[in-house]
Amino acid sequence: MNVLDFMQKNADRCWLLTWEHIWIVAFSVFLATLIAVPIGIAITRNEQVAKRVINTANILMTIPSIALFGIMLPILSLIGHGLGKVPAVIALVLYSQLPIIRNTYIAIKNVPPELVDAGRGLGMSNWRRLKEVEIPLAIPVIIAGLRTAAVMSIGIAAIAAYIGAGGLGVFIQQGIARVYEEMIIAGAILVAFLAIFVDAGMAILENLVTPKGVKIARKLGQ
Amino acid sequence: MNEAFGKAYRFLLIVVLIAAGVLIERTGLVKYLSDPYEVHYTISLIKQHLWMVAVSMTIATVLGLSVGIIFTRPRLKKYAGVIMYIVGLGQTIPSLAVIALAMSFLGIGFRPAIFALLIYSILPIARNTLAGITAVSPWIIDAARGMGMSNARVLFQVEIPNAMKVILTGFRVSLVINIGTAALAFLIGAGGLGEHIFIGIDLMRPDKLLAGAIPTTLLALIADYLCGLLGFLIIPRGLRLQQEV
Repeated sequence: MNVLDFMQKNADRCWLLTWEHIWIVAFSVFLATLIAVPIGIAITRNEQVAKRVINTANILMTIPSIALFGIMLPILSLIGHGLGKVPAVIALVLYSQLPIIRNTYIAIKNVPPELVDAGRGLGMSNWRRLKEVEIPLAIPVIIAGLRTAAVMSIGIAAIAAYIGAGGLGVFIQQGIARVYEEMIIAGAILVAFLAIFVDAGMAILENLVTPKGVKIARKLGQ
Repeated sequence: MNEAFGKAYRFLLIVVLIAAGVLIERTGLVKYLSDPYEVHYTISLIKQHLWMVAVSMTIATVLGLSVGIIFTRPRLKKYAGVIMYIVGLGQTIPSLAVIALAMSFLGIGFRPAIFALLIYSILPIARNTLAGITAVSPWIIDAARGMGMSNARVLFQVEIPNAMKVILTGFRVSLVINIGTAALAFLIGAGGLGEHIFIGIDLMRPDKLLAGAIPTTLLALIADYLCGLLGFLIIPRGLRLQQEV
């Protein structure tokens, strides 16, 4: 296989680009989580606001990624960051909002009211109830949102190579430009595998953070 | 609280619109699009883009629906889980990778692009058709059988209408992704609005870039909106009322 040859000869570069790709995605999803989870929790208090916020995130998600890069380019070049990692991270953070906000909102909303009441009956403050009852019960669904966001971000980060963000998209970009087939296939395969691995990894994480009680309840329910 | 939020939201929208207007003028997009030749060119790119989307979406819808329907029939139902898994796996593969692979196996031009778009668009439709039909409650199907409906009639008059909402969501997701991915088709020589975007980036010409990016965004938003309207037309009235209650 020529592709394997290519990967072997350029192993250093493969690792470097993969690492860069992972780093961009991890950083963006982390930032997005910091923003979206509090928003998702906050909007559970008011349904009207929740609708608006989720709709806005939905519209953001509808914008094609390469078009968003294009639209941001003239705006961000005002501060000297039209190309490179900054617009890529901003776009990934924006795209990750919808899955994370929506999942957080749905998860917190779906916590059984009797459990919330029980927490209140134990004399828990709002904050403690959130920390010890609502979030632990909601966390598997929130992680599922992160999983969607991460997998999507890996795909979009590949396109970001065209605005100079680096990552595995560079192989595809340069491969297409040079009609270097092995390079294209190596890039495509590495990105695809990265996405599949991250998807599987997050699925395991989802399982790990599910509270024991919830798992037992699920089994009993069957 | 609600009113204040609504006001703030509208205010924000207006600010964003004004900022967008200023930006468009500043980057020279207005001047760019005042040139009759460029307008003509942009319109032809939009047409090319839409043609690509239309061809690939038509085939993808037919194939996606058939896959979804075939694997919910009693005889093949046991494979539904496997198909669902494969489709899910396919959906995690980035769009650029699919486009790149299509190019390396099929070469450049319109056809490889259509093929890549088509493959990528089948997945959400097939997945949602499968999920939608599987979720139709067995009582309704039993009732239909009890009324003496044949298998085909159960499918077309009970299962599909009941699953329509989920299927339509799949179609919508697929269409929006397709419009975005079609912009990448320029990279493998199929033209479309990506031409403006990528050349604009390479030449560092914001006017050209926006002449591609803004129509692409509008196309996606309009398609999303139209799919919402389509829902009113083809989802049976009884189901819509049920959902509102």
